[in-house]
Amino acid sequence: MIREETEIAVVGGGLVGTSVAWGLARLGKRVTVLDEGDNAYRASRGNFALVWVQSKGLGMAPYAAWTVRSSNAWARLASSLNDETGIEVAHQRPGGLTLSLSDAEHERRVAQMQRLHNQSDMIRYPYEVLDHAQTGKLLPDIGPQVAGSIYCPLDGHVNSLKLFRALHAALAARGGSYRPNRPVETITSSSGAFVLSGPWGELAASKIVLAAGIGNARLGPQVGLNAPVRPQRGQIIVTEKARSFLPYPLVTVRQTDEGGVMIGDSVEETGFENVVTLPVIASMADRAVRMFPMLAGLNVVRTWSALRVMSQDGFPIYDQSVTHPGAFLATCHSGVTLAPNHAFDIATQIAAGRLADDLFPYSARRFHVPQAA
Amino acid sequence: MIRDVEALPAQVDLAIVGAGPAGLAAAAMAASLGLSALMLDENPDVGGQIYRAIAANPVKDRALLGEDYWRGEALAKEAVSSSAQHAAGAVVWSVSPLETSGYEIGVSIAGRSRIIAAREVMLATGALERPFPIPGWTLPGVMSCGGAQTALKASGLVPGGRLVIAGCGPLLWLIASQYLNAGVSIEAILDTTPRTNWLSALPHLPAFLISPYLAKGLKLMLAVRQKVRVIAGIEAVRAEGTDKVEAVAYTKSGSERRIAVDTLLLHQGVVPNINLSNAIGCRHIWDDMQLTWKPETDSWGATSVAGITVAGDGAGIAGAEAAAERGRIAALGVAQRLGKIDVPARDRKAVAARTAHARFERGRLFLDAMYRPAKVFRIPQGDTIVCRCEEVTAERIRATVPLGATGPNQMKSFLRSGMGPCQGRLCGLTVAELIADVRGVPVREVGYYRLRPPIKPITLGELASMPKTEASEKTVVRV
Amino acid sequence: MFRRLPDATGDTVAFTIDGKRAQAYASDTVAAALLWAGVDHCRTTPVSGAKRAPYCMMGVCFECLVTIDGVGNRQACLIPVRDGMRVETQRGARAIAEES
Repeated sequence: MIREETEIAVVGGGLVGTSVAWGLARLGKRVTVLDEGDNAYRASRGNFALVWVQSKGLGMAPYAAWTVRSSNAWARLASSLNDETGIEVAHQRPGGLTLSLSDAEHERRVAQMQRLHNQSDMIRYPYEVLDHAQTGKLLPDIGPQVAGSIYCPLDGHVNSLKLFRALHAALAARGGSYRPNRPVETITSSSGAFVLSGPWGELAASKIVLAAGIGNARLGPQVGLNAPVRPQRGQIIVTEKARSFLPYPLVTVRQTDEGGVMIGDSVEETGFENVVTLPVIASMADRAVRMFPMLAGLNVVRTWSALRVMSQDGFPIYDQSVTHPGAFLATCHSGVTLAPNHAFDIATQIAAGRLADDLFPYSARRFHVPQAA
Repeated sequence: MIRDVEALPAQVDLAIVGAGPAGLAAAAMAASLGLSALMLDENPDVGGQIYRAIAANPVKDRALLGEDYWRGEALAKEAVSSSAQHAAGAVVWSVSPLETSGYEIGVSIAGRSRIIAAREVMLATGALERPFPIPGWTLPGVMSCGGAQTALKASGLVPGGRLVIAGCGPLLWLIASQYLNAGVSIEAILDTTPRTNWLSALPHLPAFLISPYLAKGLKLMLAVRQKVRVIAGIEAVRAEGTDKVEAVAYTKSGSERRIAVDTLLLHQGVVPNINLSNAIGCRHIWDDMQLTWKPETDSWGATSVAGITVAGDGAGIAGAEAAAERGRIAALGVAQRLGKIDVPARDRKAVAARTAHARFERGRLFLDAMYRPAKVFRIPQGDTIVCRCEEVTAERIRATVPLGATGPNQMKSFLRSGMGPCQGRLCGLTVAELIADVRGVPVREVGYYRLRPPIKPITLGELASMPKTEASEKTVVRV
Repeated sequence: MFRRLPDATGDTVAFTIDGKRAQAYASDTVAAALLWAGVDHCRTTPVSGAKRAPYCMMGVCFECLVTIDGVGNRQACLIPVRDGMRVETQRGARAIAEES
């Protein structure tokens, strides 16, 4: 039985957990990350590697600002990781596009963007509505069915596998500990200290950060935190490596720096069924080929599915416990986009012992709407 | 012979993936019991790997390839002349359950795909060669013995320059003997069989002595040893060269020697081809004697997934003759489940196959123990490439285990190993054993890649032309 | 460096490899045809540009990727050679669309 202690324990070794853990380690904190094993759900494995701003924040204007902030801080994250690990995560921000395959679809998207930007407190950032011809100037290979697109210069993408590796390497370089195969079952607390335990033993910590994705729903209540999250499946297709042809990431089609083309990603409410289904990947492939007909001849070498961690309104949950001071919670489904904010802002606030006031909209208390009399 | 997707039957009782010995025997048996059966094989003709080109071999001298090879002729004839159908050049890229019962199978022929249905599916995809990761194994001119044997059987091609064969296992002696029959000169055979294997093989010797393999194996080996320099006790092998292999360096008794070569052939046994059974979700177990994963099967070849059976080397290595018997037994199981025969009839008809199967199983444990490859050739060090597709080295994999990659799927996320088009066929075992070695745990604890369809590449256009539903369309529009 | 057994016969077909004329038997796969033609390597890898040649001859290793009639990343060991086929060394990642 293992009995260890640390200063801050982070539960969850995905993108959120390792971003926060590295951020804490950079501030000189002693951090231990507890992770599950090789076959855990791992929402991070299903990411599309986008650093995406457009279309975010409808229903919570501050989230758009939070996302813009992160997109602007991404270059700093990339260069810090490169300095500390020598790993180049290939972050690029050429701007990104969302393509529509019918006039009706295009109109719905444009209307959605207008509603988004008409919100009060909405941050102003540039975006362009493009017709077929204008889209074709940016993307010469689009097919005739592309009705139009929305372009935003703040969108980009990154090599998320390298990001993951860099975060782990940077955490280790800063003296952080990573402990796999340590699923946390119970969290107890006494006299301001926490004990996380499982079949492997226990880890004692002065502060804890719950970044366990779907596991937060179970762990949160043990320390007075609420995390009503559900799994939401997304399937992805990856092709063989091809010579560079796509200079901009699209929200559902992007070419990685290694050459493979990623096509995604479905949105399905199928519980914990983490499988690939033919009709969905056929639909995804069909849309991709209608966007870029020349992709039809590329070979698909891989598909996979992963479960996003989705809150009721789709926005992150950042919280600190009132009943168990020192317990924090962080969950979102945009772990790549928000990595800088998690590493630089959230980590700093946790180290200081208190989440900033402007993160209040992300508390889970927003889900307890008082009943009308 | 079916050569395009339009000619495929829309629905059959039994779809058999693979037309090697297991698939051929299963097809003939299924047809004889009144099942509609369809063999789907990606090669131009039946025979699989071991009976490659059995139907139309360009090699005229029958003695060259040996009598074992020609045994496949009768097997092929029986299947092809039965009511079972055969689709050639047919790549099965997906097998998934239908909502009520049965399966839908994604088949691609000549770049066009179609989904067909089957009440049951038999996986007879056989084996592939165990990876042999030595330094320089990716150099042009280095090939697997099986690959060279295919060039011989299907095209009558043999290495023309200086040749060295390295490794361990019966196939080494078989191909060497076939080459000698063909007048090919072999500079040397580097026998990497660990000397200590004799000790663990000894308890199984009695069974081997009365097995069909003894006479055949001994005869071959003695004939080869008389004509070729065999160097045993090899501790290390390295392929050297810049743009292609120019020499093979080997270490024996601590000292290194070098032989100039134009072709280096490697072989250290075969392992079950599990990509399709894995993608379907069948449970697999680690066989520590054969050092491989194999699907869990019962005595009728049934896996943990109802309606999916595995027959032949894909269920565990036992050779071509055992494969044929397992194919027959599995087909009997299918026929009973689909109501063509009752349980007593099934059991009665299986007796002959089970007896023959037992005979062909005898002696396998000896072979398994005798030819169990050495750790140094399974678990490499340094800059030896492990994942050929993504060019990931052994030292990178070793260094990444403590960083957080405690299993092959995490390792994939960190280093891309296993993400190439071969889907781990040439690196999966090595990666699993490497991780186990670094962590100091048994391989069964480390696990294997989680695979999904397509288990062979198909084009995006083919995938796009597959059936969609209103529901699936909704999941991808997002506005 | 492969040679044909003297008594292995068959109908011959003509194809080109990187523009050079070569012959094969109609029963050969493209990979076998390349081995007989004495081709050193059939591709360079997209990751490092390393030279590779056929390894397994049975469709599992994906080393024998070549461009055939303008289409890249074809597994030569699974494709029968045809008269008039245009085979090219695959350099790095394949081109997306047919290049003439």
